[in-house]
Amino acid sequence: MIEPFLFLEWLTEQLHLHIGKHVLYTWLVMVVLLVVALAASKAIKLVPTGLQNLMESVLSGIADLAEETMGPKGMAYFPLLATLALFILVSNLIGLIPGFYPPTANLNTNAAMALTVFVMTHAIGIKEHGLSYLKHFMGPILLLAPLIFVIEIIGHLARPLSLSLRLFGNMYGHEIVLMIFIGLVPFLLPVPMMLMGVLVAFIQTFVFTLLAMIYIAGAMEEAH
Amino acid sequence: MEFFAWAMVAAGIGMGLGSLGTGIGQGLAIQKAVEGVARNPGASGKILTTMMIGLAMIESLAIYVFVVAMIILFANPFTEEVIKLLAK
Repeated sequence: MIEPFLFLEWLTEQLHLHIGKHVLYTWLVMVVLLVVALAASKAIKLVPTGLQNLMESVLSGIADLAEETMGPKGMAYFPLLATLALFILVSNLIGLIPGFYPPTANLNTNAAMALTVFVMTHAIGIKEHGLSYLKHFMGPILLLAPLIFVIEIIGHLARPLSLSLRLFGNMYGHEIVLMIFIGLVPFLLPVPMMLMGVLVAFIQTFVFTLLAMIYIAGAMEEAH
Repeated sequence: MEFFAWAMVAAGIGMGLGSLGTGIGQGLAIQKAVEGVARNPGASGKILTTMMIGLAMIESLAIYVFVVAMIILFANPFTEEVIKLLAK
């Protein structure tokens, strides 16, 4: 397949290093996020201006969503979810700039994030309920418990799979569609697709974050 | 060589069927959401959030088909064996 020019990959090739391009661009996103966070929190004012204003409104938006979905108890896990949301959003959006590769268009990045959410949900469940967390898997009737248990385990194992594959499929599919359109008609035709790419980037970030919140909220609530 | 032709056909037909069902499902979901907003515009925020989740869930079906199609086209596990058989 034809790949567009990726400057970080070219740079590492000059240095005779072999690092996956998704890892390289993950580092880039990390650097961008760290620099923005440091710049925004360098001189915190009571009346925010500029970058601090932007970051505050973004974070309060995520915080409102988290409080609405998980309740006040779930705000302890807000840092994890906000980090995931910001990382996914920035990684999705840099894919629209020529020379950049979205790290979320690689299954490994997404699998890492989805597995983090998966382990986190069960850790939270065990922390909140102790051994009675097992009741979440048992269903309401004790007689049917062996049957429900198997189904619940399969359902829980499908979560990281669907989380990672959804994000991967959307971002990778968008890349492929853009590549095919640019191959067919390079002039102006890919522009509507790129506009849809912006939409997809935001929606997929929203969906990933919201599903992670719902999973955590599900682990925290009492078994029925 | 026929193997690869059939693989292309399978990927195309699979993607078509997958997006057919997904399209119908998303259409139904959006229809009901629009009806709900028309009846009660005050609840549009909640309806939008729920609809987005539902749409993403439905969409992931098409995405799974897409991933399978990509595996068939670009990462077919039987390619090497078929090429070995062809060389004989």
